[in-house]
Amino acid sequence: MTGIVNYGAGNIFSLTAALERLNLEYGMINSESDFDLYERIIIPGVGHAGAAMKKLIDTGLVPKIKSLTKPVLGICVGMQLITDFSEEGNSEMLGIIPVKTLKFKEDISKKVPHMGWNQIFVQNENLLFAGIADETYFYFVHSYYIEFNSKFTISYCNYGTKFSASIKKNNFYGVQFHPEKSGEAGEKLLQNFAHLKI
Amino acid sequence: MQSPFRGLGGLAKRIIPCLDVKDGRTVKGVNFVDLRDAGDPVELAWQYSQQGADELVFLDITATHEKRKTTIEMVKSVARQINIPFTIGGGISELKDAEALLNAGADKISINSAAVRRPQLINELADAFGVQFVVLAVDTKNLPNGDFVHLNGGRIATELQTQHWIKEAEERGTGEILLTSMDKDGTKSGFDNILLKQINEMVSVPVIASGGAGSSQDFIDVFQKTNIDAALAASVFHYGEILIPELKALLKNNQIEIRI
Repeated sequence: MTGIVNYGAGNIFSLTAALERLNLEYGMINSESDFDLYERIIIPGVGHAGAAMKKLIDTGLVPKIKSLTKPVLGICVGMQLITDFSEEGNSEMLGIIPVKTLKFKEDISKKVPHMGWNQIFVQNENLLFAGIADETYFYFVHSYYIEFNSKFTISYCNYGTKFSASIKKNNFYGVQFHPEKSGEAGEKLLQNFAHLKI
Repeated sequence: MQSPFRGLGGLAKRIIPCLDVKDGRTVKGVNFVDLRDAGDPVELAWQYSQQGADELVFLDITATHEKRKTTIEMVKSVARQINIPFTIGGGISELKDAEALLNAGADKISINSAAVRRPQLINELADAFGVQFVVLAVDTKNLPNGDFVHLNGGRIATELQTQHWIKEAEERGTGEILLTSMDKDGTKSGFDNILLKQINEMVSVPVIASGGAGSSQDFIDVFQKTNIDAALAASVFHYGEILIPELKALLKNNQIEIRI
């Protein structure tokens, strides 16, 4: 069963709806002891990374999250939270994966937000992307991106610059796109995560 | 092959069917085979997602405040059953309207006349929910002295110059522009490529073309001539005059970056 960290950063209706469609059981994590109820954890998030980080700190769950050894998946801003730092509000993040979240530079040929379906390329083989081919389209909507890192990037995407579509360190995973909005490919990824074991 | 018409770095051009809904039911006629209930927005949305639509727009023309609860229920049903993003527009004038739609699972909201009446609404929505949540819908008509924003489906003229309004809205925090040419809407004579190209080159947020789609060639033209981010249409999809899988294959054959 999957636990979703409930810290008030954005709407999670679409995420829980996707899990329900896939018959994947889930529950909400509101306190430290709730983490023990679940085999894997999702950190959702939309909106401002700095503001999301403040909300997460306010829950008092940060030390517990950092100490987790179960599979953890950060989605969108939830992924940015597990990095070191975000240029959005120049905020310190959780520092779980040593990469930075940077702002896309705007120009006329490159619209920001990066919004729509873009292709991902697997950088490091991993179970999260099992059965998902290179060049598969996922749905992105974001103005900040996580820098490419040959060690921690497990799939990348190109948008003016090559950036991390997903990252991994040990049991911590993050995806910049929205699997709950990415058609069948996104559903496959959610199923893969639900079958990860540590 | 590198195409000049591809989105930057593999970002696909989006094809967006638009559904008009009233009191939680679709109102424009649809001509799909295999539909149990052509008025059910969820069933239609599902059909379109299966056909490869990249995104959906629901335009809510529900008149009364009481019946907006029905809209919220519809949005929840769509979010439960559809695995692609969708926008809901129509009658949103306050933060609490937007919040209710967000919590019901809408990915974006589109605002139109309420933003014209009170531009600060754009700032408030962007601050509260992020720019990615805020789509500005603009209905524009070409008049002898320039392009002007119109309200109520083109019936009410304003003194707002379209280009000025869009620049202002971008500065205030709209994350996307949905531009409908009232001169082209319903004509099936093609998109307003001259205006769309001008607007698309003027802003750094994504722009959705709307109004005038009559044939698949119109979609090829709008992407090739304007390099716009997305194209929206209603009746040509609802009546099966253009089938999305065939349209997308054709666009791809024309070296336009498309998600198949």
